[in-house]
Amino acid sequence: MSSKTLKIALAGNPNSGKTTLFNALTGLKQKVGNYPGITVEKKTGKAILSEKILAEIIDLPGTYSLFPKSMDEQVAQQTICNNDNEDYPDITVVIADSTNLRRSIFLLTQIIDLNMVVVLALNMVDIATKKGIVIDVNLLSRELGIPVVAINARQGKGIVSLKEIIINSIDAKPKSPFLEVDKLFKGVIEQANKIRGVENNFASFMALCKQKLSGEIDYRCALNQLSKKEEIIPERAQAKETVKRYAQIDKVINSTVKKGSPIGKYMLTKKIDDVLIHPILGYVVFLSILFLLFQAVFSWSAYPMELIDVLFTNLQQFTADSMPKGMLNDLVVNGILAGLGGIVIFVPQIAFLFAFIAFLEDTGYMARVSFITDKLLRGVGLNGRSIIPLLSGAACAVPAIMSARTISSWKERLITIMVTPLMSCSARLPVYTLIISLVIPADEFLGFNLQGLVMMVFYLIGFVSAIVIAFLMKFIIKSKGESYYIMEMPSYKIPDWKTVLYTIIEKVKVFLFDAGKIIIAISIVLWVLSSFAPGKKFEQIEQKWAGIENAEMQISSEKLEHSYAGIIGKSIEPAIKPLGFDWKIGISLLTSFAAREVFVGTMSTIYSVGDDDIRSIQKRLADVKRQDGERFFTPAVGISLMLFYAFAMQCMSTLAIVYRETNHIKWPIIQFLYMGVMAYLSSFIAFQLLS
Amino acid sequence: MKILAYLSIGAKGEMLDISDDLLEQKLLEMGCTPGEQFEVVRKAPFGGPIAILISSYVLSIRKEDAMSIKVKLLENE
Ligand SMILES: Nc1nc2c(ncn2[C@@H]2O[C@H](COP(=O)(O)OP(=O)(O)OP(=O)(O)O)[C@@H](O)[C@H]2O)c(=O)[nH]1
Ligand SMILES: [Mg+2]
Repeated sequence: MSSKTLKIALAGNPNSGKTTLFNALTGLKQKVGNYPGITVEKKTGKAILSEKILAEIIDLPGTYSLFPKSMDEQVAQQTICNNDNEDYPDITVVIADSTNLRRSIFLLTQIIDLNMVVVLALNMVDIATKKGIVIDVNLLSRELGIPVVAINARQGKGIVSLKEIIINSIDAKPKSPFLEVDKLFKGVIEQANKIRGVENNFASFMALCKQKLSGEIDYRCALNQLSKKEEIIPERAQAKETVKRYAQIDKVINSTVKKGSPIGKYMLTKKIDDVLIHPILGYVVFLSILFLLFQAVFSWSAYPMELIDVLFTNLQQFTADSMPKGMLNDLVVNGILAGLGGIVIFVPQIAFLFAFIAFLEDTGYMARVSFITDKLLRGVGLNGRSIIPLLSGAACAVPAIMSARTISSWKERLITIMVTPLMSCSARLPVYTLIISLVIPADEFLGFNLQGLVMMVFYLIGFVSAIVIAFLMKFIIKSKGESYYIMEMPSYKIPDWKTVLYTIIEKVKVFLFDAGKIIIAISIVLWVLSSFAPGKKFEQIEQKWAGIENAEMQISSEKLEHSYAGIIGKSIEPAIKPLGFDWKIGISLLTSFAAREVFVGTMSTIYSVGDDDIRSIQKRLADVKRQDGERFFTPAVGISLMLFYAFAMQCMSTLAIVYRETNHIKWPIIQFLYMGVMAYLSSFIAFQLLS
Repeated sequence: MKILAYLSIGAKGEMLDISDDLLEQKLLEMGCTPGEQFEVVRKAPFGGPIAILISSYVLSIRKEDAMSIKVKLLENE
């Protein structure tokens, strides 16, 4: 085999376009967006550099230096600096935002000083050109002693030359360090080199400043003694190094970069910001955007949803008619198709929701929301950065919880993780929609769609309870470390429509297929459980009604009650009766623990079994009657059910990610319990008050 | 010498010194080195964070943290 796999890491400041380049190189579709801190974990993919050379590309979280201050930065730093790391690269490509070269080069020169093979990719040249920034690429390359190439990752320009340059610089280590760090600390670095047994000044400096590098166990003690003897205080030493490094960088920048007029070109962003972060208007705009979101999700998606509904009912009818009658027909129509139909109908809503979020993320608005909410959030033990997990929690709690990695204070990060699942995620959307359409009239209220308003109220309930719980936790969780809010506000960008579109397609796919798989599996199990009964129960029921005309309805409902599913449901009914739920809802609650959106599929399946009419789940549920002949789904039942879903922690994936991110089983357990108690109590109170 | 937190929007200045060690470390590596020029561009309401334009990008920091940042005010051109 003549081919060779190269490991190439993409490093750089946050928001410099690393992931965009990663996607261009690998053809993958990792998430990009216009605010710092989108990527919070390593992602790898393959790229073909030439016929002979296959490369493994590693996308890293953004970082400003090799001295990490938060967990995402640490992931990046450990990959680049620690030879023991499984992804330790052969070549590091530093992606620099050309409009922000000074700061980008800072990280770059630190990596040069580690004596690694480095290539500098000057990204966003399109924006730099518009701003009148001119960079002398050749001179810059000579000054830094490494290859430099200008690219536009978004449009894929310059990628070919980048690949060529990478191939040509395999094994080409920088000839000399950029900053002679040993000169700043006379003699200390040499001693540290000796202790570590490695001739690498900057690495030894990092080790002296308590950074974890390979082989640490062997030298840590001796090194600590050295820094004590020489009175090296890491913060001070780093400050000294940083100032010196920047002084040298400024010389390089002055000779290679012709600046545009920075203040003038900031004008457009400034004008937009005059409105978006205006002391009063800013909040009005923020609320209006959210309001528009709910109206969109609710009203605009109503039409495509109706269409899907009609299509699916026809498909079910067609299948029922064209397949031979019998068990299999019943399983497919009333089990699988009923379950799936319950979920496919929500695709338009999911698409609108994700379109909105992707749009907000790619314009640069998120950083502004964070700016205007930091003060409020800090009061309740969170951080301005927490708004990003909270808002993206409206899509899905799993990536949202991971994005809390950018919060440097452990306490604030933990509280963010603990309350993010209270935000109404997209899996709750089908549940809310279904129940709202059952119990809330489709009237206008002050000119707005009433159902949309109720939906918004439930999202607000999620947000407010997240804030309240955060506030309580602030007093319970013991503090560790200091809290800062330091964030770059990116200039506004026109969203990349391709990115937005891919995000939507991707999310809809995940929603359909991931949920779809679970739903099919659960529908089958449910159908089996509700179509069979222990012993000869079904025969007894049939005999009991034998000869009585028009008894099909009674027979099938009695059968269902005595089926296995019925038995399970009945056994939990006493616990949920005070909330207004019957055993059928009980079963749906149980299956929801796999994922919330399964609720709709389960309801759909459970109410289809034994019902010969084929119609949508909404219409079916609207006809469900209580024993006294009244409608079963009263507003009291509906509100109680929605409150239960608003609070209950019914998501295995979230619990798993909370465990992974907090590294302690205690936190997911606490989360599960506190959310469960909230769910039960609020449903109980709501039902008792309303009925 | 002035304190960054007290400057009003539009004020231009030059970084001098940051007294909080951790904050200093973080801001230094983001390019807020002594002598670097900046302009206060934004202040969040209710005593929220402030935003400065420095090194051709906009950086936001808490007002409380800006209390420990000493700056030199520059004459308006
Ligand atoms: N105009 C323009 N925009 C770009 C270019 N490259 C990236 N972008 C945009 O810059 C923003 C940030 O891109 P990302 O790829 O998410 O940046 P990142 O470095 O991965 O960011 P983090 O993961 O947060 O560290 C996105 O809005 C991209 O669409 C480019 O060459 N030109
Ligand atoms: Mg990224």
